Amino acid sequence: MEMVTLTIDDKAVEVPKGTTIYKAAKKAGIEIPVLCYMDLGDLNIEHKPGGCRICVVEVEGRRNLAPSCSTEVYEGMQVHTHTIRVLNARQTIMELLLSDHPKDCLICPKSGNCDLQNMAIKMGVREIHNQDIAEVSTYRTDFSPAIIRDMNKCIMCRRCETMCNEFQTVGALSAINRGFMSVVAPAFEMDLEDSVCTYCGQCVAVCPTGALTEVDHTHRLIRDLSNPSKTVIVQTAPAVRAALGEAFGLPPGTLVTGKMAAALRRLGFKYVFDTDFSADLTIMEEGAELLDRLTRHLKGDKTVRLPILTSCCPSWVNFFEAQFPDMLDIPSTARSPQQMFGAIAKTYFADKIKVKRDHLVVVSIMPCLAKKYECTRDEFKVDGNPDVDYSISTRELAHLIKQANIDFHTLPDEEFDLPLGESTGAGVIFGATGGVIEAAIRTAYELYTNKKLPRIDFQELRGMDGIREAVIDFDGLPLNIGIAHGLGNARKLLEDIRSGKNSYHAIEIMACPGGCIGGGGQPLHHGNFSILKKRMEAIYREDAAKSIRKSHENPYIIKLYEEFLGKPMSEKSHKLLHTHYVDKSKKIIYI
Amino acid sequence: MNKLRNLAELSNLKERVRSKTRFTDKIKDSGQPVQIRVAMATCSIASGSRETMNYIVDELDKRNVDATVTQTGCMGYCYAEPTIEVTLPDQEPVLFGYVDVKKADEIIEKYIKSGILVDGIIPVNYKRIDE
Amino acid sequence: MADFKIHLLVCGGTKCRSSLSTILTEQLRTEIKNQGLDDYAQVVTTGCFGFCEKGPVIKIIPDHTIYTKVKPDDAEEIVTEHIVKVRKVNRLLYKDPKTDKIITDARGMEIYKKQIRIALRNCGMIDPESIEEYVARDGYAALGKALTSMTPEETIQVIKLSGLRGRGGAGFLTGLKWELTRQTHGDEKYVVCNADEGDPGAFMDRSILEGDPHSVIEAMAINGYCTGASQGLVYIRAEYPLAIERLKKAIQQAREYGMLGEDIFSTGFNFDISIRYGAGAFVCGEETALIHSMEGGRGEPTMKPPFPSVKGYLGKPTNVNNVETLANVPVIINKGHEWFSSIGTERSKGTKVFALAGKVNNVGLIEVPMGITLREVIFEIGGGIKNDKKFKGIQIGGPSGGCLTEKHLDVPIDYDSLVDAGAMMGSGGMIIMDEDDCMVDVAKYFLDFTVDESCGKCTPCRIGNKRLHELLVNITKGNGTEEDIERLINLASVIKDTSLCMLGQSAPNPVLSTLENFREEYHTHIHDKKCPAGVCKDLMKYEIVPENCVGCTACARACPVGAITGERKEIHIIDQSLCIKCGACMDRCKFNAVIIN
Repeated sequence: MEMVTLTIDDKAVEVPKGTTIYKAAKKAGIEIPVLCYMDLGDLNIEHKPGGCRICVVEVEGRRNLAPSCSTEVYEGMQVHTHTIRVLNARQTIMELLLSDHPKDCLICPKSGNCDLQNMAIKMGVREIHNQDIAEVSTYRTDFSPAIIRDMNKCIMCRRCETMCNEFQTVGALSAINRGFMSVVAPAFEMDLEDSVCTYCGQCVAVCPTGALTEVDHTHRLIRDLSNPSKTVIVQTAPAVRAALGEAFGLPPGTLVTGKMAAALRRLGFKYVFDTDFSADLTIMEEGAELLDRLTRHLKGDKTVRLPILTSCCPSWVNFFEAQFPDMLDIPSTARSPQQMFGAIAKTYFADKIKVKRDHLVVVSIMPCLAKKYECTRDEFKVDGNPDVDYSISTRELAHLIKQANIDFHTLPDEEFDLPLGESTGAGVIFGATGGVIEAAIRTAYELYTNKKLPRIDFQELRGMDGIREAVIDFDGLPLNIGIAHGLGNARKLLEDIRSGKNSYHAIEIMACPGGCIGGGGQPLHHGNFSILKKRMEAIYREDAAKSIRKSHENPYIIKLYEEFLGKPMSEKSHKLLHTHYVDKSKKIIYI
Repeated sequence: MNKLRNLAELSNLKERVRSKTRFTDKIKDSGQPVQIRVAMATCSIASGSRETMNYIVDELDKRNVDATVTQTGCMGYCYAEPTIEVTLPDQEPVLFGYVDVKKADEIIEKYIKSGILVDGIIPVNYKRIDE
Repeated sequence: MADFKIHLLVCGGTKCRSSLSTILTEQLRTEIKNQGLDDYAQVVTTGCFGFCEKGPVIKIIPDHTIYTKVKPDDAEEIVTEHIVKVRKVNRLLYKDPKTDKIITDARGMEIYKKQIRIALRNCGMIDPESIEEYVARDGYAALGKALTSMTPEETIQVIKLSGLRGRGGAGFLTGLKWELTRQTHGDEKYVVCNADEGDPGAFMDRSILEGDPHSVIEAMAINGYCTGASQGLVYIRAEYPLAIERLKKAIQQAREYGMLGEDIFSTGFNFDISIRYGAGAFVCGEETALIHSMEGGRGEPTMKPPFPSVKGYLGKPTNVNNVETLANVPVIINKGHEWFSSIGTERSKGTKVFALAGKVNNVGLIEVPMGITLREVIFEIGGGIKNDKKFKGIQIGGPSGGCLTEKHLDVPIDYDSLVDAGAMMGSGGMIIMDEDDCMVDVAKYFLDFTVDESCGKCTPCRIGNKRLHELLVNITKGNGTEEDIERLINLASVIKDTSLCMLGQSAPNPVLSTLENFREEYHTHIHDKKCPAGVCKDLMKYEIVPENCVGCTACARACPVGAITGERKEIHIIDQSLCIKCGACMDRCKFNAVIIN
């Protein structure tokens, strides 16, 4: 590799040719302030539009200042990162950004976790000159079921665009208008709800300001919790327990399952349940469907299409409904764990505790924003009453715990309530990419072969590569498995299926990087994959610690089938636990 | 139309066209009819050159004047649009500015028919590269 | 039928008319009549000779005599001497200031021909819809020459040695650009013609495409041969329908005649051109933004490097040249680099086309050799300032350029001198301003344009220029403070220093150059709350001078908002709180009683 030597602030540094000034400075121990820049190293995405110009530095012999994030170094380059000229430019630019930004930080959902706010503090801007004559760009706020776009707060860093277009290949967001009125929005400034948006929330996860935030249900939750006529129960998704601790300063990868259950109980939930339970249920249904399709396929039934695709991820469901409407018959019809939980809670469990459906409020804690949309879908309502009333994100839960003045650190470890709180290791690993398919294999293998699994851990299905594949031996039948996380990777797999290029039997797809652990509702990881890896390790740790690790061995699942459902894919199962998909491409306004 | 396959064919075409079309750099051609070029760029058309051109074509026909009328691009005298260039046999081309229908009539009657110059001539104030 | 043997062409240009050429014409006609020469000599008035310094000017046909600084009283002598006695009036002949020689035949007097037409060589000469007329004017000879007798390297060398620089604004050496594209390895390469002309008032690219589209096609083919590209793209704004129509026809004809397509001139060279339409965004003239727009993306620039020569259209090496640059290429190949580089200055070769606009008599398209002074352009080719007003400033280089003044009139027009003077060559807009123009307003106008045309990608251009504009608006409203000047300068410098592309970097130029050259006008606006040119409405006050007012009520009746009160035969008064400053009262008053204060 060709190396280049340069000096930054009189420090000599040697870096490979093609390195940017910003990265070279980092190597020399000099942190140049950046704002629009975003390095998602492990996703192979380095977002460096050179738009904000905060990172400018002085390069000797150059006419103007250079944006360090996107200027390549050269041999003998002499860079100065904090001359008066540079500092004046940075401060002026910061002042410009603030002159076109609302000053309502006190009530902004991003306050305290805002890159713009932090940069303003760092730059020490104390006055915005001529604010009285300055026009401020304003846009209507766009409310969707999951994401709120308040573009008055957009600073045009365009990070969301990169996530939406390059990583997810969804194409819902792009810059529109010109000059002062330019802003990131769906085409023709239509509502997010009318666009191809899947509510994956990756835009929200990277937004440096309060421009993109989740729909906040915490106030509604507080109202419901304080209403004596309502029984409020909660389910928590597997990925939440692996990340919630970060919001309280615990190192990434700290498992806080017990503290979380304790906190939820202190918040006033009547029953604290686990989505892992319904994840086990999902495996029963989805596994049965897989075996059914597989058996028929092997018998030569041409009406069966393979591969079967997982359907737990609501963002992924939105994606194929909008962009692959010709393939609606491929995904499993099994509802997601969140929705299976709601359906069982408002029937089986409501009957058990003798609470009317209308008086039972089912709340879910999810690492996800698309879940907020999912529970509003008409398919998941009975006479207008939703199976899951609403979903709050890991971040909202953290806020709520802080708001309730609960000292998270001193909480005891508590257990989930029964019966919907019992789960197996298979349910836990739903939170990481590859987990659903691994859980399905653990069950499907035993049901298909009638033999005991020789091993429980399938390392070949785990990992962080965007697209992975493995062949699992089903007692002589080689089962081809595909796994993708990130919708851009999913698109590649789908296009291969469409063109008949691959021969998978089953595919797991998760919309977010790393699966649900990297969901749009999680504490912000800022693209740092080492955090995601730690969360993933925590998930597998919890799995390994479970005494039961196969869904079909969950005693309460067995009981549920005995008492209520009958058997997987029964008529009742179909009614409560399966769904259908709609062609959303017709609903979306394509111009 | 046959394609030009080599330099000789290009050169032949050039000579053939030059023998029947007169450009301002080649004025000594006897026996050629009057040649009129009307500037027809966006700016000219906006100033009414299309009307002028139609008028000239019609009137020359009516008044039995043997002349060829062609369009051309911007002559550069935007302040004096519409502009036309008239080349009489054995004469240097003369450029007229502000040629509306009335002026066109005057030019046809006086200059084209009788060789009498009329007001509104624009002196050419540039050098050509082929002079 | 009269058969005039002698024609006296009297310059009727605005400048000459103001120096009594109208009376001169009358005197000449009277004199001819008096001497009984009615059927022998004819007096004709003409447009501007572009020799206004020496006006009024008379040219006599057929002997091509030019008389300068002719006064009405000289009429008799000219008729008697020149027409009757066939003797030239020596004292009125032009004396070449360099050689001190008296010029007797105007054909030897190239001095007044300040312009040389290279890029515009065929405009106004040939029928743009006829490839044959183009061929008759040496068209496609350069392509033939390059393909059959020169290697691509040799051809590039000719362009390099000619010293041709990009006419789109930045002035990069064209040959060097071609060489870079040639040297970059690529399985596919593209040549792009940038016809996204966007400067307000500039229209040379349109004129070339409308008047001589084949010159651009030929140059693109030569460019393709040199760089190794087989595909050419013309990026043209959709607002140029006539240019598009003629270009399309020309491309079609070029294909029919084998000048585009496969195996051109039987050399095995393939090249074809397609058209891409722009929606007219100014920023799409910037080459990286142009390429993004052609790819179907948002028209916004990206960092250079990588330059388009390395990574351009669809990621392939792409050579982007402006229309006017390309129009020069065939001539250079035909006539050689020595010929071309003999025109112009040391570092700026050839000619430049300008669109002359504003308060100048001869508004139009001109092509002048590099090195000509602003004075020559404005006062000779341009025929001086309209209505004999006083020259105040000239904006060169469009909204990105700078505003130069009286003291810059002798600055030679070339890339480097203009930059040194605080302006830039730009794509060729030249807007002349007179004493009635307010320079704060001018700066505001150009900034308004760039604010509107900013793509919005980078902070300094998106917000900074907007804030700069707001400060100017505030000053023209009379609310400016001394600190605003400081603020303007700091903000403008930071915008120049930090914007992503040239649009943003150069947008503050009009502000900085007017601050530099007309600082006192800013001060008058700020401290005296007055606009000396009477342009900034908020600083103007229409008032009625009691001494002049006769109480005729005409002004009151003319006022559209009823701001004027007063009984018949009594002095009228304007209510300033109602006045919208339309000026109707002033137009109507016959007694000069309404004044602007």
